[in-house]
Amino acid sequence: MTKEKKYQPDRPHLFTRIADLLMTWELILFVIFIVVIIVNSYLSPYFLDLFNILDTTFNFMEKAIVALPMIFVIICGDIDISVAGIIALSSLLMGMASAAGAATGTLVLVGLGTGLAAGFLNGLIITGFGIPAIAVTIGSMSLFRGISYAVLGDQAYTKYPQSFAFFGQGYIENTTIPFELLLFIVLAVVFGFLLHRTTFGRKVYTIGNNATTARFSGVPVNRIRLIVFSLSGMMSGLAAILLTSRIGSTRPNIASGWELEIITTVVLGGVAISGGKGNILGVIIGIFLIGFLKFGMGLINVPGKVMNIVIGFLLIFAIMLPGYIHALRSRILMIRQQEKPRYASSGQSE
Amino acid sequence: MFILTLLLLLAVSLRAPNFFQLGNLYDIANDTSILIMVAIGQMMVIITGGIDLSVASGIALSGMSVAMLNQYYPNIPIFVIILISLAIGFLLGSFNGILVSMAGIPPIITTLGTMSIYRGFVFVLSSGEWVSAHEMTERFRELPRGSLFGMTNLILAAVLMVLIFAVFLHLSRTGREIYGVGGNKVAAQYVGISLKKIHYLVFVLSGIIVGLSGLFWVSRYASAQNETAFGFELQTIAACVIGGVSIMGGTGTILGVVLGAMFLGIVNNALTVINLSPFYQMAIQGFVILVAIVANTLVDRRNQLAMLRKRKL
Repeated sequence: MTKEKKYQPDRPHLFTRIADLLMTWELILFVIFIVVIIVNSYLSPYFLDLFNILDTTFNFMEKAIVALPMIFVIICGDIDISVAGIIALSSLLMGMASAAGAATGTLVLVGLGTGLAAGFLNGLIITGFGIPAIAVTIGSMSLFRGISYAVLGDQAYTKYPQSFAFFGQGYIENTTIPFELLLFIVLAVVFGFLLHRTTFGRKVYTIGNNATTARFSGVPVNRIRLIVFSLSGMMSGLAAILLTSRIGSTRPNIASGWELEIITTVVLGGVAISGGKGNILGVIIGIFLIGFLKFGMGLINVPGKVMNIVIGFLLIFAIMLPGYIHALRSRILMIRQQEKPRYASSGQSE
Repeated sequence: MFILTLLLLLAVSLRAPNFFQLGNLYDIANDTSILIMVAIGQMMVIITGGIDLSVASGIALSGMSVAMLNQYYPNIPIFVIILISLAIGFLLGSFNGILVSMAGIPPIITTLGTMSIYRGFVFVLSSGEWVSAHEMTERFRELPRGSLFGMTNLILAAVLMVLIFAVFLHLSRTGREIYGVGGNKVAAQYVGISLKKIHYLVFVLSGIIVGLSGLFWVSRYASAQNETAFGFELQTIAACVIGGVSIMGGTGTILGVVLGAMFLGIVNNALTVINLSPFYQMAIQGFVILVAIVANTLVDRRNQLAMLRKRKL
């Protein structure tokens, strides 16, 4: 280790490179995803049917759409538990507007607007008072859903215009592709671009890694978090439009329990709950993984509660796996370095 | 927090004079006992910087297990059932604790997973059926109602638990270590506190409380269902947050949590007393949580400023 000796990184050993590749979360998820598809198509002849597969996306596209902004929220190091509450509130206001005779266009605006306002309120309390997001959104979750309960009680809104049904039930003309799926794909591209190709996205990562340094580097931390929470609210509003349109009714218990399902999906997709890490591709794979897993289990008559056991274990297993691969990898590295003592750490990057 | 609770009490008693009658206060205590107990477990987890989202599912699983045990083997004496509920809670908590401390999975993810897993096992165990009142033995149903020293067993259990954990957290070495880990992980490690041990311990304690609460829950409501205690995890967290437990870990007192839980209980009770539809409960609860945490934050900030000013520079 003399001064003249320039640091020359080793070309990573083949095995290390394979381990590196295996370490990428997306690949692990993708492998699980393929396994799920193979097992499912083996178990039920109805699984690998294009129409079925496209149609089952109806069941999880609304959650998928909320999962997209949730990626931003969690990468920021925050969490938004109120999303399902926002869906209930948006749906309520749409129901009220519809009962007052509003047209489809107005309903969409009401839905998006309510979501945006609710998300903005969350963001305002969180950033304005400097309270952890989890505490605020637990409160606003009860508040938003509670308003829905207070207004509706055990009643429901079921009168919606004919054309409103298109959002949640419609297909692209002359195809079997659901409108929701297309919308999700478009949004995924937009959010992916926003996260990975704009300065806004980079700032979100910076905040998640270290909010204090981000602030000192001139990142408007609170403004960006405010925008992210507003986005989350607006997408929840959009999900409310789709869901209300799909089931054609508004009840106070609409989308109950979704917040934890959505967070599970995002975390399974490889977004670190501590913030600063994750990408959109992993989450998209995670969304379809859970969606198809549930679809396949449904085909072989597994009850929903048992599906939840599987998904719970999957979540824990998927989180544990990279840790173990990492440990295995460093052990191999250590053994190799003992054989050939040299500079430590060669091209170790995650 | 204390002032807030008093204000609430005052406001409600102005609307409904019979609110302060002993019987009503007794009802509130009875209704919030389970919340108080579980919130104490939750608080210990939160103090270490974690969170336990699986408490409600744990209550359902433990409750369903003991209810079915009681249904099929009515001859098992009640104290054995209590022990079994504690053991089930211990197992559930251990599973969480092992995943968190050994496998190093963040608590929020671990318990998010076990929340679905435990809830799923309730269904597997019961195959979707309920255990209803007439399938339980008299003694089983009487467990939370029976009284001793003028308090129901349920209140008594809560009071005991408050006392035990107050002593444990404030006077015992391990209790102080729990605060230490939450306050500063790295420093705690340098002082020689085993993080793994503490993380495991808080989940086990929370689990044991959950196990017992499951028993109390099903015997008090005289029914065990798949949806038992659904959404209760967020209420326990709310009780902690209202009670001034910092969600970032490190701070929080038993007294605060008891007040936080009582606060939620009083809100619920007050609605019925002043004749508001129970459908308003959730909205008001949410609003109260938001107000309480904002108030707590502002008070904290003022205190910190005052402390800074007092310091001689």
